[in-house]
Amino acid sequence: MSIDISQFLDTFYEESFEGLDIMESELLNMDVGAADDEIINTIFRAAHSIKGGSGTFGLSAVADYTHIMETLLDEMRDGRRQVTQPAVEILLRSVDVLRGMLTALRESEELDSDSISASQKELNDLLNNNDAGSPATGSDVSSSNENSIIPTDDVTPDAWLIVFNPHRHMLKTGNDPVRMFRELATLGEISVESDTSLIPAFNDFEPEDSFISWKITLKGEITRQQIEEVFEWVEDDCDFVIQPIVSEQSAPASAEAVSAEPENTQEEKVETKATAAPKRAAGRKSGGESASIRVSIDKVDELINTVGELVITQSMLGQFGEEEEFTQSHIEKLRDGLAQLERNTRELQESVMRIRMLPISFTFQRFPRLVHDLSGKLGKKIELKMSGEGTELDKTVMEKIGDPLVHLVRNSIDHGIEMPAERLENGKSEMGVVHLNAYHQGGNIVIEITDDGAGLNKDRILAKAIKSGLVTEGDVLTDEQAHDLIFQPGFSTADEVSDISGRGVGMDVVRKNIRSLGGTVEVKSKAGEGSTFSIRLPLTLAILDGQLVSVGGETYIVPLVSIVESIQVKQDQVNLINGRGEVYKLRDEYIPVVRLYHMFGIEPVSETLDDGLLVVVEAEGQKIALFVDDLQGQQQVVIKSLETNFRKVEGLSGATILGDGTVALILDITGLVSLNRTSAAPDLTVITNGDVAA
Amino acid sequence: MSVKILAVDDSASMRQMVTFTLKGAGYDVEEAADGQQALDIAKGNKFNLVISDVNMPVMDGIALIKELRGLPDYKFIPILMLTTESTADKKQEGKSAGATGWIVKPFNPEQLLATIKKVVG
Amino acid sequence: MSDMTQTIDTSDLMASGDGSHQYLTFMLAGEEYGVDILRVQEIKGWDSVTLIPNTPDYIRGVINLRGTIVPIIDMRTRFNLEQLEYGPTTVVIVLKVNNDDKSRTMGVVVDGVSDVYNMPEEDIKDSPDFGSAVDTDFVKGLATVNEKMVIVLDIDHMLSSNELTAVDSAAS
Repeated sequence: MSIDISQFLDTFYEESFEGLDIMESELLNMDVGAADDEIINTIFRAAHSIKGGSGTFGLSAVADYTHIMETLLDEMRDGRRQVTQPAVEILLRSVDVLRGMLTALRESEELDSDSISASQKELNDLLNNNDAGSPATGSDVSSSNENSIIPTDDVTPDAWLIVFNPHRHMLKTGNDPVRMFRELATLGEISVESDTSLIPAFNDFEPEDSFISWKITLKGEITRQQIEEVFEWVEDDCDFVIQPIVSEQSAPASAEAVSAEPENTQEEKVETKATAAPKRAAGRKSGGESASIRVSIDKVDELINTVGELVITQSMLGQFGEEEEFTQSHIEKLRDGLAQLERNTRELQESVMRIRMLPISFTFQRFPRLVHDLSGKLGKKIELKMSGEGTELDKTVMEKIGDPLVHLVRNSIDHGIEMPAERLENGKSEMGVVHLNAYHQGGNIVIEITDDGAGLNKDRILAKAIKSGLVTEGDVLTDEQAHDLIFQPGFSTADEVSDISGRGVGMDVVRKNIRSLGGTVEVKSKAGEGSTFSIRLPLTLAILDGQLVSVGGETYIVPLVSIVESIQVKQDQVNLINGRGEVYKLRDEYIPVVRLYHMFGIEPVSETLDDGLLVVVEAEGQKIALFVDDLQGQQQVVIKSLETNFRKVEGLSGATILGDGTVALILDITGLVSLNRTSAAPDLTVITNGDVAA
Repeated sequence: MSVKILAVDDSASMRQMVTFTLKGAGYDVEEAADGQQALDIAKGNKFNLVISDVNMPVMDGIALIKELRGLPDYKFIPILMLTTESTADKKQEGKSAGATGWIVKPFNPEQLLATIKKVVG
Repeated sequence: MSDMTQTIDTSDLMASGDGSHQYLTFMLAGEEYGVDILRVQEIKGWDSVTLIPNTPDYIRGVINLRGTIVPIIDMRTRFNLEQLEYGPTTVVIVLKVNNDDKSRTMGVVVDGVSDVYNMPEEDIKDSPDFGSAVDTDFVKGLATVNEKMVIVLDIDHMLSSNELTAVDSAAS
């Protein structure tokens, strides 16, 4: 019966990746000068586990590779090897290599033998160079038993005589002579003679000790080694002699009736109570999306409870289907039931959404290593702060936000934080800070990347923008508008393209990717002080909090998150700019007015702004005012795709089905902002009250 | 009446494999992920055999063996360590702590079963 | 609002082995047109539609078909025929259209549904250019059934994505 152990491989891979993450983060945290024993032990154990598991599951390449790491770490934890910064760097690199190996094996891809052998050489060099005089492996098991091993004869005898004298305590090791006899019996024909002469008088008798010795005759074609194997475990706990019985009677050598205590050669290592290694539940770090998700039992229980309540509500409502007539009290009960149904449905929705949510720590955890490596490479001193790692977001959104986040962090390190010397000159501390923060706001998650670096240089940005024709000379842009330019394609003010993030393909792709997730990204910056990039993402891709508005008899949905305010129009605040259309003066700002009926080609209810409302919305630093006839309610809507059966429509992010079964279209504010820029101004001769600005 | 075995290892994949193998052979198996857990479980039950890894967090294999030997129920119960080549000196330590014997990793399920059978039948 | 939804179970109507195919025919401005029965998902009465901005005239808008958003195309407008008021007898045929490696569901508004006919492949002759408003790209061919002429349509070409995005020069 052969057992297929490949079914456990998945678990092995998962726990190995987790182990590698632990190794990495502990190596990063390690204080090289005063390395904590516990930390070294934790790292060692992780490597040890991977080595053991890979051996068991037949991944010999991994086992061999990990063996060297394990040896190094073993020496470190024993104090036989110093923990040095170069050693830590080498180990960090080997963690990467090992990760690559395991990933390749799991995906059935080829191993990168070049980097593996390069890394192995590095590890071996380290191992051999720093030989503190003791052999690398402690494979020297002390075999200081006093049992005589007579050299084997050329001929395998057909019988053996074994004299077996357990030491007094042997039983306390859980070894049972009877069990050993049984084992010997499987090798050949056995006869046992016991010698009870040493059993003390009853009063002195210790029942847990062994006082009996035995003479065993074993007949059969058996090798000495086979017999020795039976005694392998008890070598130090007994005396035994194995002697071949040749045809002539030869007197069995008398067992050395030595009651010498077996040498307890190992000094008892004081076992310090190890504190539990933090169980960092690390998720898969591969760039691809994984098709499974780990869910905490609590969330599942919550879901089960909610469904249970839903069932109760359903059966309660079901009763009404049986009624012949409806009385007033029936109607009230029905109303109550429906209210309950609404609560249950909402809870169910929230429970299910939460199942797909995971803490953002899964994505954040790659950054300590990234910051460490990158700052080292650039010669900058950077401290990474992270907060809000527990903030949860949808799994799919999280997988897709990883790359944009990496780009933004790299950008902060590369272009934001200055070199240490420059920072000192400017009165800043040598160590720059990059801060990753995440929190919930409304129905969204906000992720901020803040650095205390040089900030954005408005002049340089404008210069570059003028050169690329994005902005005409003489245009006046606010700071925000100028800063927002960095998200335009092909934009990079890095004087030389650094291979890290200066190629100018970055920011616009970042924005595009974030937009495709239904989110936004903005930047706030102050020259000389630093910048903050804010990413706003919906908590789930399919649900939206919306404000219903009516335009020309049609109902549209404006995402609540983008609404700044809704105002009644004051005609004296409306201005008309030639070639640009209308703007509304709201406090200090001039906001372009978008007549939705015109943009969408609908018959308007009224063309007079006074008759309707302006809904001021914002997307990516730009505000526009949507002219609508009326505001209806606010509700949560499920986003249905237009593209499934139709196609993408500019200015719309999808559709939804309202309670009455009709379809309402959801506005895409970012799209409307672009449309507004490019579309022709409406015929505005109707407006009479506005000032015509020059 | 069946044989109860306690399998202790901080690696989930190892535990899974050992449990699967031993259960398939008709043994009753319970798992623990570290020495402390194992001790707690052992106290509440009567196991015929304990198999334990050496390197584990919270309480390692050697400490576990010492603790178990201090319990009246476990004075003579076979306790096997799972050791690896590079920690062979642990064998000695384990023996001194009172271990019955050891099984060397990596092992395949067949080897595991053969050894278990020898010890508990 | 009468919802005359009738789902045709096309499995009953599988083509018999003589290479003939079944076609559902509908009326449009006095002419009879045919579509492959296997593409017909259901037949509905007219319901109100939600307008989609900036789309060609013949795309009336979208409806909610049991939770999915489905575009509705007005065939009279598509063929540049005179438009009619929609009423209780107006019919929408919901079709499954395959193009661009994708399968879409779309509805077409017609005057009325006629019948289902067996039409062997050979009976569908190439259509001459008879100067009708119908672009011959959409037409698979012409067939004669019961002495009547049926214009057999190629749905996939008629409702492909480039068709949908093309802005009718007459519109806007």
